[in-house]
Amino acid sequence: MIAPMLREAWYAMRANRLRTFLTMLGMMIGVGAVVLMTAIGQGAQFVVDQSIASMGSNLFIVLSGSTTSGGVRTGSGAVPTLTMADAEAIAGLPAISAVAPNQPGTAQVVYGPNNWSTRVTGTTPSYLEVRDWSLSAGYPFTDSDVRFATRVALLGQTVVRNLFGDEDPVGKTIRIQQSPFVVVGVLAAKGQSLNGQDQDDTILIPITTAQRKVFGSQFPGTVRFIMAQATSPQSMPAAQQEMTQLLRQRHHIRAGADSDFDIRNLTAVANTAAETSRVMTLMLGAIASISLLVGGIGIMNIMLVSVTERTREIGIRVAIGARERDIRLQFLLEAIIISVSGCFIGVLIGVGGAVLANLVAQMAVVITGASILLAFLVAAGVGVFFGFYPANKAARLSPIEALRYQ
Amino acid sequence: MAEQAFIVVEHLYKQYETAAGPVPVLKDVNLRIEAREFMALMGPSGSGKSTFMNILGCLDLPTGGSYVLNGQDVGKLGKDRLAHLRNEVIGFVFQGFNLLPRANLLDNVALPLVYCRVAKDERVRRAGEMLEKVGLGGYGNSMPNRISGGQQQRVAIARALVNRPRLILADEPTGNLDTKTSAEIMNIFARLNAEEGITIVLVTHEPDIAAYAKRLVRFVDGRVTHDGAVLREVMMDEQP
Ligand SMILES: Nc1ncnc2c1ncn2[C@@H]1O[C@H](COP(=O)(O)OP(=O)(O)OP(=O)(O)O)[C@@H](O)[C@H]1O
Ligand SMILES: [Mg+2]
Repeated sequence: MIAPMLREAWYAMRANRLRTFLTMLGMMIGVGAVVLMTAIGQGAQFVVDQSIASMGSNLFIVLSGSTTSGGVRTGSGAVPTLTMADAEAIAGLPAISAVAPNQPGTAQVVYGPNNWSTRVTGTTPSYLEVRDWSLSAGYPFTDSDVRFATRVALLGQTVVRNLFGDEDPVGKTIRIQQSPFVVVGVLAAKGQSLNGQDQDDTILIPITTAQRKVFGSQFPGTVRFIMAQATSPQSMPAAQQEMTQLLRQRHHIRAGADSDFDIRNLTAVANTAAETSRVMTLMLGAIASISLLVGGIGIMNIMLVSVTERTREIGIRVAIGARERDIRLQFLLEAIIISVSGCFIGVLIGVGGAVLANLVAQMAVVITGASILLAFLVAAGVGVFFGFYPANKAARLSPIEALRYQ
Repeated sequence: MAEQAFIVVEHLYKQYETAAGPVPVLKDVNLRIEAREFMALMGPSGSGKSTFMNILGCLDLPTGGSYVLNGQDVGKLGKDRLAHLRNEVIGFVFQGFNLLPRANLLDNVALPLVYCRVAKDERVRRAGEMLEKVGLGGYGNSMPNRISGGQQQRVAIARALVNRPRLILADEPTGNLDTKTSAEIMNIFARLNAEEGITIVLVTHEPDIAAYAKRLVRFVDGRVTHDGAVLREVMMDEQP
């Protein structure tokens, strides 16, 4: 039953090649757009998720300077109010598992004939723990390195590539702002941060060394900001509260007065970013779906024309014994064939477009089997949905009217 | 009680609803047709012949009266049962041949078998046999628009026959054909009736064509005005 119907559908489509192709084109563009847009959306989402994963979990960042007061932000970090002692005190809080004070700066780094300008961060060994960062070679610096302000450094992958090329950097001496540092380890690759920075373009050195020997400090003993990790996602509110209380007490801030520091929940920011990228994907998909809808309406339009044109044929079929459901199935099959084969080509177009976007525009794209399967199901659904009305119209034609039709 | 006839039509009425009000077309038609009969239906244009044939063919329902085909009251059957009757009991032959333009002759002839789910091999075999029978063996792959009108009508007859119907309804089957071709077509009908006992009801305006039948019914204005022998004088006042 289906086989001869498929054959007849094929004949009917072949008889109107151009029309069939144009109808399919609507479907192709719709499905292609959906596949391409979701690939781009999911690619963006993938990048965001990766940078979130590379950020470290349950993370707070404590900045110098007051929080917003009366809507005006008083330049956070302008006058450093946080100290190494603050960092150590925070590390003692029950809801906090690790703390790393940060003293960042930019410096010119030289190895042999190569030089490279990069971000140099003075910190403590627990930085690696807070950021969930491992080493790909060598060893981290230690607390005693911090205590004695030794000249040791951990290099990010980008720095290694630019200074050393293929050479093994561990044990070599580089110059940071003229002073010599021994490379003790190499950081594992982390990729892009949420705001698009290359996280591997960095050097870590003991914070004391940074303060005393590299950048100097107008305010000895202060740090630019402190990273703190809560013990678990559930303990984040408690951690925030404990830190606020502790720092206000340590900084002798009276009740009701503004704090001279600012605690930011990076995980919450990350979640917002993740949420935003998810919504973006959905929106891209939704907008692309509109073209799929238009494609579906195109199918319906052409099927209606086809039913009218083939009125006499329908009459003949009924006269020789076709039931309503046979006629309906016939036209439904045609609609589904058009939509599914249009969808097939559309998937190819979408995947091709995604590959092109990746190669030419360096866009991150993610194509999943699930999204392609979904596109197919939606296309078949569109075929059935928009084919049903015309097919039903055909099935319900009065045979004598149909036979009389010229 | 006498054995029920193959076709029993009693007090049959049909009117069309139009914008200008109801148009009565058939007015109390009573007719019995036995199996194996060969009947010609004549009458002036607009007298309701085609309307009557459509009802006999289960394509349309009467507005009043009853039509019993092979013991089944057609007015009481559902749509699918009617489709089944059209498929297996009745074979249609039209004035305009009504072949499917995009399908080749073999597929055209095999089409009724598709709707009763006959397997492909069997369909091809039986359709080929039927083409053979109407003298078109070997034309299976031709397209309908490549053959003459007489050949097209023979294909249509093959299609009507392929599901071994007991009744053939032919509405002016020779209306578009020349005299010689008409005679060929009528010989096929006569042979089917004589050799295979298929009941044939045929509408025509031409006395020569009606002469092939064994019984003549004449409609005037939706009523039966003659039912009996194929009489020259009844047929002669046919032409307007
Ligand atoms: N669907 C319809 N709606 C309204 N009137 C109709 C319809 N079909 C047929 N008629 C009318 O019914 C009458 C009988 O038509 P019918 O086709 O049965 O005549 P006929 O005897 O077959 O004529 P002819 O010899 O020209 O084929 C005509 O007056 C026609 O106009
Ligand atoms: Mg007529």
